[in-house]
Amino acid sequence: MGRKEKKDKDHKDDVCWLSVHGGVAALLLCIAVFALLVRVAVSIHPYSGAGDPPKYGDYEAQRHWMEITLNTPAKEWYRNSTINDLTYWGLDYPPLTAYQSYVHGLFLRFFHPDSVALFTSRGHESPIGKLLMRWTVLSSDVIVFFPAALYFIIVFYTGRRDNCKEDIAWHLAIILLNPCLILIDHGHFQFNCISLGFTIGAVAAIFSKHELVASVLFSLALNHKQMSAYFALAFFSHLLGKCLRRQKPFLEVLKLGLVVLGTFIITWWPYLYSVDAFMQVLSRLTPFERGIYEDYVANFWCTTSIIIKWKRLFTTQLLQLLSFNATILAALPSMVQQIRYPSNQGFLYALLNISFAFYLFSFQVHEKSILLPLLPASLLAVEEPHLFGWLTYYALLSMYPLLLRDHLILPYVSLLALFILFNYSPIRRQGRKERGFLSVWKVLLITLLLSCSLVLHLIYLMLKPPERYPFLFDAMIMLLCFSQFVLLAAYTNVKQWKFMSHSTSIEKEKKIL
Amino acid sequence: MEGELTSSRRVAHRSTREETEKEKNRIPGSVTAIEELIWFAGVATCIKLLLIPSYRSTDFEVHRHWLALTSSLPLSQWYYDETSPWTLDYPPLFAYFERFLSIFANLVDTKIVDLHNGLNYSADSVVYFQRISVMVSDLCLFYGVYRLTKSLDSAKRRMIWVLIVWSPALIIVDHVHFQYNGFLLGFLLISLSYLEEGRDLMGGFVFAMLLCFKHLFAVAAPVYFVYLLRHYCRGGLVNSIGKFLMMGTVVGSVFLVAFGPFLYHGQIQQVLRRMFPFGRGLCHAYWAPNFWVFYIISDKGLAFVLAKLGFSIQTPAASFTGGLVGDSSPFAVLPRVTPLVTFMLVLLALSPCLVKVWREPRPGMITRWVAYAYTCGFLFGWHVHEKASLHFVIPLAVVAVRSLEDARHYFLLSIVSCYSLFPLLFEADEYSIKVLLLLLHSLLTWVGFSSQFSKTTVVSTKQQGEKMGSKEGLVAAKGGGLVVGWVRICYLLVLLFVEVWGQFLHHYLLGDKLPFLPLMLISIYCALGIMYSWIWQLRFIIRCP
Repeated sequence: MGRKEKKDKDHKDDVCWLSVHGGVAALLLCIAVFALLVRVAVSIHPYSGAGDPPKYGDYEAQRHWMEITLNTPAKEWYRNSTINDLTYWGLDYPPLTAYQSYVHGLFLRFFHPDSVALFTSRGHESPIGKLLMRWTVLSSDVIVFFPAALYFIIVFYTGRRDNCKEDIAWHLAIILLNPCLILIDHGHFQFNCISLGFTIGAVAAIFSKHELVASVLFSLALNHKQMSAYFALAFFSHLLGKCLRRQKPFLEVLKLGLVVLGTFIITWWPYLYSVDAFMQVLSRLTPFERGIYEDYVANFWCTTSIIIKWKRLFTTQLLQLLSFNATILAALPSMVQQIRYPSNQGFLYALLNISFAFYLFSFQVHEKSILLPLLPASLLAVEEPHLFGWLTYYALLSMYPLLLRDHLILPYVSLLALFILFNYSPIRRQGRKERGFLSVWKVLLITLLLSCSLVLHLIYLMLKPPERYPFLFDAMIMLLCFSQFVLLAAYTNVKQWKFMSHSTSIEKEKKIL
Repeated sequence: MEGELTSSRRVAHRSTREETEKEKNRIPGSVTAIEELIWFAGVATCIKLLLIPSYRSTDFEVHRHWLALTSSLPLSQWYYDETSPWTLDYPPLFAYFERFLSIFANLVDTKIVDLHNGLNYSADSVVYFQRISVMVSDLCLFYGVYRLTKSLDSAKRRMIWVLIVWSPALIIVDHVHFQYNGFLLGFLLISLSYLEEGRDLMGGFVFAMLLCFKHLFAVAAPVYFVYLLRHYCRGGLVNSIGKFLMMGTVVGSVFLVAFGPFLYHGQIQQVLRRMFPFGRGLCHAYWAPNFWVFYIISDKGLAFVLAKLGFSIQTPAASFTGGLVGDSSPFAVLPRVTPLVTFMLVLLALSPCLVKVWREPRPGMITRWVAYAYTCGFLFGWHVHEKASLHFVIPLAVVAVRSLEDARHYFLLSIVSCYSLFPLLFEADEYSIKVLLLLLHSLLTWVGFSSQFSKTTVVSTKQQGEKMGSKEGLVAAKGGGLVVGWVRICYLLVLLFVEVWGQFLHHYLLGDKLPFLPLMLISIYCALGIMYSWIWQLRFIIRCP
């Protein structure tokens, strides 16, 4: 009897270990430092296009942008000239990226001028150059993404009664240790952390009822990477829905519109002196000549092209129209839901659903775009831990061919393992209640899917595809991932609508009370 | 719909839970402990995997060469081979271990074990193979930790795991710099766990094995000898002699297995010569933070002062690291130090502890005593490597959770010892890694100790139901936390300054002048911390009733 009591006490101690007594702040700090350590450890691995002339990869693109922004006036950044050859990694991201490149260029020039010298630095590769470049991403992550994630966590959990402190810590860890984001930013080399960080910040601002701040932050995200437009409809419909429920809806909408416009004007200022200059930048940002999809991305167009050869059957213009309509159609239910019943939880689902709609149906999608649906999924991780785990796993699989090309297989494996460990940490598991049982069929299905993906990993790594179908394995990975993405998207759409009726009933109850 | 899509994780989730619950009914707590340890070890292994391509020292080539040497030469030539400057200088059991690894190395890539073509081989295959061999051999460490902590309550257990399994010093030395310390320390921990359980024979056996793996662990042999003599060989005269003979047979047979083949070939002298290269100097190239740093500095200081006062002081030609070449002393004023002097000093420093062990051999104290022995060896030994601080920092982690005093001492010691390893990784790439590792470690240690000790004080002072308790705990943690003491805080802040000086200010203010100053500062300053730890441990051992 005494032993049992002791055991129970131990169990309670387990749950509260570190978190309750030690204070949450210190624990969150530990997690942030650990996440940074993981990023630094990944950054010693190769980047995309390392030692692969003449075009190299995204690393060279970013370095080249630093070189160009540093050595030419802002007006020339998006214009083809003798100095700025747009065919060689020309700048095709919005102005905020250009400013960020400029600042990072200053940083590089201070420590190692050779790495950003005009012309001579093309294809520059050196250990110190790599280190400095890695530090530009690491610092952006720490300056933008980490505080945004913390801001979100604080806003999300203040005022909640039922929160367990370990949930808070776990949630932060899950957001910060997203393997896909770390691999793309700190392995492959990109600056997704900035635009995604601004987006998280905007979400948090909406949660804390600072709509104007949210508009500014999201405009910044849009101005850093046009891909953030995947979220734009969700933000638009949620804010519109909220404004419509206020006393002066028109004024509220006007206020938000002016703030957005103001932010855009400030970031685009150097290009607003003439319509021509403006259009020049805009045309750089929308490379419609590129085709409907790239490589083997697990979206609708690419997957169905196994049966229907879209690229051959239709002109690019027609495909643009087709994909535009399909995207809007897929995003419409979520938008309507948010306009009619805007709520915080529903908003997160809308973000997920609409970005999924863009990923699956929009024009010119590449593998890395899966990072966008992953972001709202990670914000929903506490509510939908299984969905998030499943999505992350297949998102990672969908980027497997890309990461393999970059020689990032080792960080791929270790980050996947780390993710699984954190997602199912024993410390968290003890605190949570178990619910629901699974039928044998579901267990079988899941085992089948998991083993399928594992086998695909191995096949892709070890075997050579048959000569007639050189991309057979890519297509298989794509097919598997697409099937999962579609299922997940369907589920979250249904969930969002279910959620609406649930939340409205609560709100009604509140009103009655 | 919901179930179908999200159930995946629930399966694994529930099945393991059910298992654990079943197991719990059978053996209370044990399976969850293993599961948790696997989690801790798994997280550490992920980080270790990520660090595979990082900087590696010449020790990497040393161990690769030993793989080649043991696999391609007959045993009789192992200790004679001079194909590479990195001759075999570990005891035979480690050579057998390398021979064992070379079987797999041969399967992975035959060039790894090629004696001549494999020299300085650095292809991916060899890097992955050797790095992963260290990670796998760490299982030994995990087992040792598990054995030592399985009977503790879960909070303490986890704290110890954080300290040992996530030890930044071990990651820096083993998984970046490259060595097999985790594996060897695992044997030490296993041995200690047997002694703490009272199973002395097994403890002695494992320790004998450890000595045959790496003889530097022999510093604790006097403590082991006295302890086993007084604790194991008890009872009547006949009984104790019988037990003494028993222990002698067990230990002797381990040594016989290890050294026997070389004895058979008549090479014992050569083996010992390789194992004890006294041709090396008093200090390693980078001065380990021990007593001799002060000795050298005071010699320099005295020489400077005396020269100012008008005495003629000859600057010595020999260096401290150069060894006993010729007859010239590396010291200008103070008497010269020989290996014998250092040996006597170590014994002298150990003697109070040995007296304690002799008087009252208690299993609960053995970890402290052994750690103290290694501290003495580190402080006063001949040609000590900075890595040797692991020998006492890791075992001390086990006792760090026992009292608030212990925790305070360990907090400082672990930071100092890890910081003293920083010069091992001197390349820019690894700089942020080592800093973050240490930062994370100190944060985790602080948070863990704070929660543990604020909780215990609350439990002891107030017992007004669980809810009240946790609230009070929060207050206590906020108010007190781990009260490290302002002296220790100041010490750590100056440590930070030493680092900032070495990394940035020195270059900025002095340019290329005095290039040795940053490293010297680290040595001296860390030596202060280690000295403090030595005095603290000595005081604790003497005071302990």
